[in-house]
Amino acid sequence: MARVFFSSGLRRLVGGAESVEIDARDVRELLRALDAKYPGFASRIGDANAIAIDGEIIPHGEALLERLRPDSEVHFLPQIGGG
Amino acid sequence: MSDKPKGDQPASDRKWKYIGTRPIRHDGLDKVTGRAQFGADYALPGMLWGKVLRSPHAHARIRGIDVSAALALDGVKAVITGRDFPDVASEAAEGGEGANDFGDLAMNVIAREKALYHGHAVAAVAATTAKIAEEACKRIVVDYEVLKPVLSLDAALAANAPILHESARATGHEPLPKGPSNVASRREMGRGDIAKGFSDADVVVEREFRTPMVHQGYIEPHAVLARTGQDGRSVVWCCTQGAFMVRAYSAKVLGLSTDMIKVIPTEIGGGFGGKTTVYGEPLAILLSRKAGRPVKFVMSREEVFRASGPTSGTHIRVKMGATRDGKLTAAEAVLYYEAGAFKGSPVGAAMMTVFAPYKLANVRIEGWDVVLNKPKVAAYRAPGAPMAALVVETVMDELAEKLGLDPIDLRLENAVHEGVQATYGPKFRAIGFVETLRAAKSHPHYKAPLGVNQGRGVACGFWFNAGMSSSANVSINEDGSAVVVTGNPDIGGSRASLALMAAEELGIPVENVRPVVADTEAIGYTDLTGGSRVTFATGMAVIEAARDVVRQLRARAAQIWSVELDAVAWEDGRALLLSEAPGVHEPLSLAQLAGRAAQTGGPLVGRAALNARGAGPGFATHLCDVEVDRETGAVTVLRYTAVQDAGKAIHPSYVEGQYQGGVAQGIGWALNEEYIFDENGAMENAGFLDYRMPVASDLPMIDTVIVEVPNPMHPYGVRGVGETPIVPPLAAVANAVQRAARVKLSELPISPPRLLEAIDRAV
Repeated sequence: MARVFFSSGLRRLVGGAESVEIDARDVRELLRALDAKYPGFASRIGDANAIAIDGEIIPHGEALLERLRPDSEVHFLPQIGGG
Repeated sequence: MSDKPKGDQPASDRKWKYIGTRPIRHDGLDKVTGRAQFGADYALPGMLWGKVLRSPHAHARIRGIDVSAALALDGVKAVITGRDFPDVASEAAEGGEGANDFGDLAMNVIAREKALYHGHAVAAVAATTAKIAEEACKRIVVDYEVLKPVLSLDAALAANAPILHESARATGHEPLPKGPSNVASRREMGRGDIAKGFSDADVVVEREFRTPMVHQGYIEPHAVLARTGQDGRSVVWCCTQGAFMVRAYSAKVLGLSTDMIKVIPTEIGGGFGGKTTVYGEPLAILLSRKAGRPVKFVMSREEVFRASGPTSGTHIRVKMGATRDGKLTAAEAVLYYEAGAFKGSPVGAAMMTVFAPYKLANVRIEGWDVVLNKPKVAAYRAPGAPMAALVVETVMDELAEKLGLDPIDLRLENAVHEGVQATYGPKFRAIGFVETLRAAKSHPHYKAPLGVNQGRGVACGFWFNAGMSSSANVSINEDGSAVVVTGNPDIGGSRASLALMAAEELGIPVENVRPVVADTEAIGYTDLTGGSRVTFATGMAVIEAARDVVRQLRARAAQIWSVELDAVAWEDGRALLLSEAPGVHEPLSLAQLAGRAAQTGGPLVGRAALNARGAGPGFATHLCDVEVDRETGAVTVLRYTAVQDAGKAIHPSYVEGQYQGGVAQGIGWALNEEYIFDENGAMENAGFLDYRMPVASDLPMIDTVIVEVPNPMHPYGVRGVGETPIVPPLAAVANAVQRAARVKLSELPISPPRLLEAIDRAV
């Protein structure tokens, strides 16, 4: 199962958990599962976030169909811009 | 001879023929002889001149605009105001840089109900001469209700502060302001037990800094020429970091579909992130549609300062603790970043970069995005990171002094490496931070003696680097030379690096490869030139496209020799038969195969389009020596060495150039540069005489050391190099000045009067 890590700012949305294990094949399934477990989670993280999957930072809008491995590590991040 | 395609070999095992050489850039001759055409060089028959009327108030409600007197002036062909533009809904802007919103972008291009900074566009005119357009602007009557401007972070956050956006509400992590405020967002991140971490520390250092708004300072002002045909389709020539971005953003602001706009990128005289959004482009398109003639805008330097993207002013507090033997136990940062008139400062990236170089189990980071009546910030080279690094690296320096440790040893003790979890979350893959620290420590610069009133600063920096979408075509000419077509404007020598990668794959001299920057209708979608992504991501596309051509060349040779494809290898620009003894079939050169292309199936064109993943983070360690004049407060930078991991330097001269350029800009930021506003919010130093950027005579030769720890996610091991070099210099300079003058600093720039004050305080 993929392990999802929550930084301190997001822990209020997930009852204080530092991480949870979620059975999901891709990010879309992961977000659905998180939203079911923590109602409102998906809408509260906002479109401006990026998602890191196994160290790869991907804009939120591009990440929905990203495949997850059983041992994937997922982090939610602020969006980054480059110059 | 190898039967294994080179592309399957790890980058570290490859023997390079062209990669790592230093050919003259393909666009070099045109640029040094004045033949290259930049944004302002373009003109068309019947062209009109555009001028923008800008708000003289930093904060004002627009009650009405009367353009009748301007329209009545002979030679005026069109006038537009915010009412000529469609309402654009709030929506995250993709394809550009930073946290932009299309609704805000549209209101930044031209004000609607409110002018939100001095210089905000409120109307635009197209006329037969620039002088008439200027006169017409003077005749436009704007009825303003002048409001009190908000000009500092403290003022923006104060109770009862004037509010820029009455209907906006802060987003992010609680606690958030209730009701209207100038807080656009507040976020937190962290892990571990911060209180326990500090209680475990033997030494705790806490510092805070304020840094001013500064500009990217590109030499070439924004320029655009737009022509709209009777079919309503517009062609736009402009100097930009992203032609596809200009197309998408202009279409959104104007309510058009993207196929109605074609963007042709001109040569670009610097961007550094500041040309990753639109300003005059939608105005020129709309005026050309109204007037039925081409319209050209060229910003003055003053307009560039007042109305195009600077980067944030900041207020940052950092606290770090360490044990007696130099192990960091906890770190905390609170970062306030000015967004300008609309939300979207780079505070998110600052939160992620602030402690990224160091192993930390206990960390807490809080970031505030704050709006105020200044120009909307745009990306600037590693957006948000240099100011955050300034404070962390000065704290690290003070920790080293208090612990009696060498400043590089303290950093080595705590440096992140492969497998370590970054403070912002994920684990690092292969990175070269430790290697930069070791290279800096063993550099002769680090051991060189210092004189009286001289000091040496050490500082480190980190930047993520980006991947994103790129397309590339590689086509073979009839004589065996090649053309590489991509969609990234060349702001840092990318033509040369992309041509080198194609040359390496094809096995032909780089002089025989012509790199072309295409318009939005001549190449597939390509994200902009930014995020240090072009040599990494577009380079990946070029390598794939070249390998596509090589596959075709091997197939053509197989066809000629009547053998299977697998029996043909490609090496040194020739097809070689693997299954026969040498000499049975003489190798076929690229030129020979190109000459027989029609006979074997037609033109040879390779294509690739990808969303590049695996951007390798960049780390740097910088050394800076300064001398302080204790009578005047003047600082002279005596010596500077920048050490950085490039993964693999494709064209080392342009990698070194990126390092040197970042350092030069960082030194200016540290010592001289700042936006100075009067009490009404008008910038008082909107020109290069008063906004003091460093020139060659202000700087020493900036030495560079290229460290190469290959990025395993790129076929050649490439990491982006363009942004990391600006991250350490603010702190490297500040640390050197603090050691030279024996003072504690808390504000940039370290200008002579400010340093004299610090010296007086310390005496």
